[in-house]
Amino acid sequence: MEKLIEVKDLRIEFASGKKIVKAVNGVSFSLEKGKTIGLVGETGAGKTTTALGIMNLVPAPAGRIRGGEVLFKGEDLLTKTQQEMRQTRGNRISMIFQDPMTSLNPVFTVGDQIAEGLHLHTKLSALEATVKAQDMMERVGIPAARYNEYPHQFSGGMKQRVIIAIALACSPELLIADEPTTALDVTIQAQVLDMMRNIRNKLNTSMIMITHDLGVVKEICDQVAVMYAGQIIESGSLKQIYKNPQHPYTEGLFKSLPKINENTERLIPIKGIMPDPTNLPEGCSFASRCPIADKSCVNIRQLSKEIEKGHFIRCMKRS
Amino acid sequence: MQELVRVENLKKYFKTPLGMLHAVDDVSFSIKQNTTLGVVGESGCGKSTLGRTALHLLKSTDGKIFFEGKDVTNVNKRQLRQLRRNMQIIFQDPFSSLNPRMCVKDIIIEPLKIYKVCKSKGELEDKAVELMSTVGLSTRLALSYPHELDGGRRQRIGVARALALNPKFIICDEPVSALDVSIQAQILNLMQDLQKERDLTYLFITHNLSVVKHISDEILVMYLGKVIEYAKTEDLFARPLHPYTQALLSAIPVPDYDYVQKRVLLKGEISSPIEPQKCCRFAGRCPAAQEICFKQEPKMVDMGIRHLTACHFAGQVNLL
Ligand SMILES: Nc1ncnc2c1ncn2[C@@H]1O[C@H](COP(=O)(O)OP(=O)(O)OP(=O)(O)O)[C@@H](O)[C@H]1O
Ligand SMILES: Nc1ncnc2c1ncn2[C@@H]1O[C@H](COP(=O)(O)OP(=O)(O)OP(=O)(O)O)[C@@H](O)[C@H]1O
Ligand SMILES: [Mg+2]
Ligand SMILES: [Mg+2]
Repeated sequence: MEKLIEVKDLRIEFASGKKIVKAVNGVSFSLEKGKTIGLVGETGAGKTTTALGIMNLVPAPAGRIRGGEVLFKGEDLLTKTQQEMRQTRGNRISMIFQDPMTSLNPVFTVGDQIAEGLHLHTKLSALEATVKAQDMMERVGIPAARYNEYPHQFSGGMKQRVIIAIALACSPELLIADEPTTALDVTIQAQVLDMMRNIRNKLNTSMIMITHDLGVVKEICDQVAVMYAGQIIESGSLKQIYKNPQHPYTEGLFKSLPKINENTERLIPIKGIMPDPTNLPEGCSFASRCPIADKSCVNIRQLSKEIEKGHFIRCMKRS
Repeated sequence: MQELVRVENLKKYFKTPLGMLHAVDDVSFSIKQNTTLGVVGESGCGKSTLGRTALHLLKSTDGKIFFEGKDVTNVNKRQLRQLRRNMQIIFQDPFSSLNPRMCVKDIIIEPLKIYKVCKSKGELEDKAVELMSTVGLSTRLALSYPHELDGGRRQRIGVARALALNPKFIICDEPVSALDVSIQAQILNLMQDLQKERDLTYLFITHNLSVVKHISDEILVMYLGKVIEYAKTEDLFARPLHPYTQALLSAIPVPDYDYVQKRVLLKGEISSPIEPQKCCRFAGRCPAAQEICFKQEPKMVDMGIRHLTACHFAGQVNLL
């Protein structure tokens, strides 16, 4: 299969006062055409920053890409000019940003906001863009008759569908969706995920789905990458990660969840908290919370090793 | 087991420019001592308003509230002050609910000062140390400020503060919703331990169904200000009776590779709570709705041993 995108050893830092936040520390993964990868992890793990890195949108001057490559069909996006990137963004790669409720403009109609991107990024005339925008509205389950309404007339779930319509209007090859359903109620989330799945299958779009919800990942992803303190500590197919998690952190995440389909008397939390990203240990950043770590884990850099075909972990105790 | 809290036909309406907003509309429940009643439902269905009104943080529009068998619906200021000692609340966002200019110790002992519980400064200090260790906060953090701490520790402060006056009843309004799962599990365990040790009674508000299942003895499902189902936790999950509950449970994404679930996809979204029509409030989204559902409000009926639901076709609908 053809690799659509390949991220290699991506490193991103933020200057924060006198300190340096090491937000992304050597992230590598690749994604084939038409597939969806789930980027999961807890608050501050570096999921959003990784996505911004791929889009070459890391906020300067505080943020800086310190290294790595983002190969999109073999071309490194990080070496492109901002002008070239503007063409790529919205047209071939588009992103749904975290906190989406603020990304619609209150003074334009929802229909025009979908049409605008089409007009900008494709050769469509204004009229053609309007027709296409109406078609996109229907696809995400909003009657085209509501084209001329404003965002405030829409509920949260409908606004989110408009945002998805904008992101998909130009038929991008890659969609990066950062927590697209986190703010929605479960019944609405189920509707939106169902719709995203249908559109993805129809358009053969590849997706990077960012979420902290392991349930959502199971719904829509083929592959999973688990992030912790700016690194992918485990990755593999959905089945590998869910049926045979090997990194102690991944195991811990699954164990700490209350289960809907079985009874648990007592939850098993992961002790402690994520290390300070301005002061990461030399070795494994999970060591201080890990039930199987010993002294050497703290000092030795953990390399990503393949433990079965396509299943990688960063843990010397388990590989 | 004795009943600690009882709420009868509680209503809380808000005046808005478009008419009366029925945030809580005729809600009744009772909670036995040392048990947890979970309240679930979608955003805006009235969970927080219910909690706040039951606690007298909001004045009720109608209905009755009983605490330890006494009618406390219309208490005067002095009685309310006494009542407050026994009823506390923990909020979702520990950050915005904690005074940023106070250090951890001062936040925790503030209620003790207000109620003049401790006779000396030394006693206050001892109490602070005791409370901090109860909730698993290291005493070296006593002089830290909330912004210096992570979400899990901030929520521990919220818990410690709620415990300060040794209350009997605590309303927990989304106490773990802002936390990561590994930290959420720490806090849920803490709350369960405290409940056992101190004989606490909880009203636990959340939109997370896995959490509510884990923590509750009984569950109240709300929809647009109304209770649509009220049952023991096992019964609700084993045999949800209301079509909305059925859809809600089927929509939970379960992180288990082998779990196959039948999904009931609802159309449309929650309607407006302002001046609702006299009909079933779920009818517009209900796949099983019939004519009567749009004309008449369903009454709450008991379908078994304390398994109540408000649906014209209770027991006849199974969307799953
Ligand atoms: N503009 C910024 N300036 C300084 N630090 C930043 C900035 N943006 C992000 N960070 C830091 O980088 C780290 C990674 O943040 P990021 O937002 O990528 O995490 P995330 O995994 O998306 O978390 P969440 O689940 O909360 O969205 C965090 O420690 C965060 O505080
Ligand atoms: N002070 C107020 N004035 C007017 N309307 C209010 C007020 N407080 C709440 N409401 C309305 O009452 C309804 C119930 O709100 P409430 O906050 O109780 O819902 P909730 O179930 O807690 O939602 P969430 O899950 O989002 O916290 C909503 O429609 C809300 O807009
Ligand atoms: Mg993020
Ligand atoms: Mg609320």
